[in-house]
Amino acid sequence: MEKQIQAPLLEEEIRDLRAGDYVYITGTLYTARDAAHKRMQEALDRGEDLPFDIRGQVIYYMGPSPAREGRPIGSAGPTTASRMDKYAPRLLDLGLKGMVGKGKRTREVLDAVVRNKAVYFAAVGGAGALLSKRILKAEVIAYEDLGTEAIRKLSVENFPVIVVADRFGNNLYETAIGEYRTEV
Amino acid sequence: MRTVNVDKVTEAVREMCINANYFLSSDMQKKLKEAAEQEESPLGKQILCQLQENLQIAGEDQIPICQDTGMAVIFLEIGQEVYFEGGDLTEAVNEGVRRGYAEGYLRKSVVGDPLIRENTKDNTPAVIHYEIVPGDQVKITVAPKGFGSENMSRIFMLKPADGPEGVKEAILSAVREAGPNACPPVIVGVGIGGTFEKSALMAKKALTRPADQRAEIPWVRDMEEELLKKINGLGIGPGGLGGRVTALAVNINTYATHIAGLPVAVNMCCHVNRHAVRTI
Repeated sequence: MEKQIQAPLLEEEIRDLRAGDYVYITGTLYTARDAAHKRMQEALDRGEDLPFDIRGQVIYYMGPSPAREGRPIGSAGPTTASRMDKYAPRLLDLGLKGMVGKGKRTREVLDAVVRNKAVYFAAVGGAGALLSKRILKAEVIAYEDLGTEAIRKLSVENFPVIVVADRFGNNLYETAIGEYRTEV
Repeated sequence: MRTVNVDKVTEAVREMCINANYFLSSDMQKKLKEAAEQEESPLGKQILCQLQENLQIAGEDQIPICQDTGMAVIFLEIGQEVYFEGGDLTEAVNEGVRRGYAEGYLRKSVVGDPLIRENTKDNTPAVIHYEIVPGDQVKITVAPKGFGSENMSRIFMLKPADGPEGVKEAILSAVREAGPNACPPVIVGVGIGGTFEKSALMAKKALTRPADQRAEIPWVRDMEEELLKKINGLGIGPGGLGGRVTALAVNINTYATHIAGLPVAVNMCCHVNRHAVRTI
């Protein structure tokens, strides 16, 4: 099913999202990869605030290529989400509502998605040029020294993603494969 | 003896780094187009059409096909009659990478130390494989390698008794385990035989073979075809979201090995399987 949603995510807007839904996000995404997650974790360990209010937000696991002059961003497709699995449950428990990446997640992350009524989306891996067209603005808001791995606040319009893991415990990576498997 | 100035190598590497990241080779484009026509899953088909559109945008807008513009893997096949002048050949290659990644707005994804992990900010050093061959020419292959798929690559030190079935099962298990993480549809590069490191190098080099070109040795060709069918029966599909097209090609290279061993390396590559080749 095709749906349009706004980010940050409102409870009533994402209540009915189901694994397999094709969703267009408009609004704000925050980028963070391995290095930024490590720093956020260290900040929390020290009792400090995160660089942005994480409640209701969506983190996009992405490190862009450099922008050409006059453009907001370079190529901007998803990176493998599992590298953030170690950090994600804690952020979800703090109010993070959505993650955009690609690839499988651990049981701990999937449980935290259900527990917090959150959602894990996949964007199409390797479609960075196409996805960059849906990003209208990009601004580094923290950890600038990390270069491509800095935290960026993105304004996106009709950013295409697919619901992989929903609050009901469904996981598209497990169910969809069965439909087309022909091996004995 | 033929004299080649290393500046020529720098210039070729610079240009190939940029082009490989903006334009997919024609063999890969053809495979992706065929895949979009063949895919039965509606979502899979949609994803494959997006990938076509992505390639078009990358070429027109001069923007990398994928934001992971890779670690620069470079094969140099150097004719033994070539004499290099003008400086250090390795530094010339790295200078080409440095310039290409800066001028092409490519992402700098290399950390100088695997544990300290500070970005070198110019995507060097490259991983360079040198080979001495007959003749007086220099063949340069630039294959920027993304790590979504690199991380899903595997080496198996099988026993000779495992035989062809063991080899096939090892390769299938690597693809199955990679699932959505390697950005399917994938190209599966395989090295069978040699030693531990030789098998890995063969697997990497297999990825640079045109996707529509099968191996010359009959049993290898048969295994490539059989494995492609089996992999596409796994159901993983485009983006790992279910479908018939999980791999576009299986490319296998082989070499002599030891009486006690059967190394099998599987180097996974996403659909953005980049390789540019030039001879100077």
